[in-house]
Amino acid sequence: MKEILKMAPAGFAEETLKKIDEIMARYPTRRAAALPVLYLAQREFGCVDDRALGAASRVLGISKVEVYGLATYYSMFETKPFGRNVIHLCDNLACSLLGAESLQHHLERKLEIRMGETTQDGRFTLKNAECLGACAQAPVMLVNDDVYEGLTEARIDEILAKYE
Amino acid sequence: MKWGFAAADPKQPKYLLCNADEGEPGTCKDRQIMEGDPHELIEGMVIAGYAFGAEYGYIYLRAEYPKVVSILETAIAEAEARGYLGANILSSDFSFTLRVHRGAGAYICGEETALIESLEGKRGQSRIKPPFPVNVGVFGLPTVVNNVETLANVPHIMLKGGAWFAGVGSEKCPGTRIISLSGHVHKPGYYELPMGITFREVIYEHGGGIRGGRKLKAFIPGGASAACLVPEHLEVKMDYDAVAAAGSMLGSSALMVMDDTTCMVKVAARLMRFFVHESCGKCTPCREGTEWLFRLLQRIEAGEGKLSDIDLLRELCDHISGKTFCPLGEGALGPVRGTLIHFEDEYRAHIEQKCCPLKERNVRQ
Repeated sequence: MKEILKMAPAGFAEETLKKIDEIMARYPTRRAAALPVLYLAQREFGCVDDRALGAASRVLGISKVEVYGLATYYSMFETKPFGRNVIHLCDNLACSLLGAESLQHHLERKLEIRMGETTQDGRFTLKNAECLGACAQAPVMLVNDDVYEGLTEARIDEILAKYE
Repeated sequence: MKWGFAAADPKQPKYLLCNADEGEPGTCKDRQIMEGDPHELIEGMVIAGYAFGAEYGYIYLRAEYPKVVSILETAIAEAEARGYLGANILSSDFSFTLRVHRGAGAYICGEETALIESLEGKRGQSRIKPPFPVNVGVFGLPTVVNNVETLANVPHIMLKGGAWFAGVGSEKCPGTRIISLSGHVHKPGYYELPMGITFREVIYEHGGGIRGGRKLKAFIPGGASAACLVPEHLEVKMDYDAVAAAGSMLGSSALMVMDDTTCMVKVAARLMRFFVHESCGKCTPCREGTEWLFRLLQRIEAGEGKLSDIDLLRELCDHISGKTFCPLGEGALGPVRGTLIHFEDEYRAHIEQKCCPLKERNVRQ
C-alpha cells in the first residue's frame, strides 16, 4: 500500500487510495484494476477529466493516453461533467416495441433537454441505454443504480420526483 | 470439453471466469439467476474450479446490473464465512478465491476473448484464436469461460446425475433453458422450460398469446443476432438444431414477439443501430459494414430508399459474413437477413410508397 501512496502524490483522496489498494489485491496485475479505478475516479472527480486521467494513470502504472482509451471505449465513463442523477432510458427492441420512443419524448419535454444532454440546474442527465436486461418488464430505465420497470409517463413523473 | 483442455495444460494457476456480461438484447435470464439464487452460481463455480483445478475465479458482470454487484459480494462473503469458498474449502487442500468484476458497458465483452482483455484492464477487443483461452487465457494462463446459466446447472447435475439432466429436454440438446419472453405478449417473463418445446407453446400457452387481440407477425428466437421467424415456424422446436434448420439460431433463447403493427424495416434498423454502437472497431468489415447497413436501413425506413438498395443490403451482408474477427459482425447480419427473407415485400413497399406502409406503428427507433 505504501508504495502506491508514494507513487500518487497528487490525485486521489487518501480514502480512495486505500480503497484502490484493496481492489488491487484482488488481481495479479495493477492494470487489471483499471475499470474499478475508473469508476472511483469518475465518482471522485465528477467525470473522467484530465485530473482523473492523471490520477488513474499514476495508480495503474499506464499512460494517460491508455487510460483515456479505456474511458472513451466503455459507455459507463464520461469525459465531460454530467448531472447529479443519470437516467439511462432503454430503447432497444423489447422496450421500443412497448413505447420507449414516446417515453423519450415525454422525458425530453419534461426535463426540457434532448437525449444526451444535462438539465440547466445539473439535476439530470438523460442518456439512452442499449438493453438493461429487464426485457420482460419493458419499458425500463436506470436512474443512477436503480432499475425501474413497466414504465408509463405517470410513473416516470413519480420516479423523477424522488431525485434531488 | 473446455474443462478437460484446461485441466490438461500444465501452467498454473488456472482461472475460471463466469461470463455474466449478459448483453444480448432481449436476454434477461442471468440476472434472474444471480438475483434469485446467487449461491447456485457460486456452488457451480466451486465445483467447476475443483474439476479442472482452478484456483481463482471472477464473475465478469455487466455494468448495467449495479445492484447485482452487492448481491453477489454478500453471497460470496456468506460462502467464505461457512468455509465453502476461499482457502482450504471444507478443510480440504482445495482453495478457490472468487471475485466480482464489474464491466463498464460494452456488449462485445460477452465474447470470451474480449471479456479476458477487459478483465486485464484493456479495451474489450477480441483476440485471434488459437491460442485458445483454455491454454492462454487471462494473464496468459489457462482459463475457462462459462456462462451463468451453464455454471448454475452444475450443482443440480452433480446432485442428480447426468442421466437425470439428459432425461429432460430433447435428445441432442438435453436439459432446460430459461427463455426470456418479451414484446407483444400478454405475459412476458422468464420461463425455464425443457429444450425442444415449440414456439407455439411458449408464446401462446406460457405467454398467454398476443396482446390486444392482435395477430402474430414475427418473432426473434434468440436475441438481437438471431434472424426473425414468422407464424409458419410456430411448430419449430426450441433446440439448437431445429432453430438452425428453420434459418435462425436459438442463441440466448431470448424470444421477442412482434404483432402485426410492427414495422420490420424499423426493427432491422433499430437492431442495427445497436450493432453500430457495440462494434469494437477492431476490424473493418464490422466497423464500417454495420454503419453502412444502418444508413441504408434508415434511408429505406424513411421512405428515401431505392429499389437497388435491397440488393445492396444483401451484397453488404455477403461482404461482412465470414470476414470479421469475432462473431459480432456475423450477429449483426441476423436482423437484416431475417427480415429480407420474410419481409422483402415490406422493404419494397417502403421504397415504392416513399413512406412506411403500416398505418399503426409501434416500433420506435
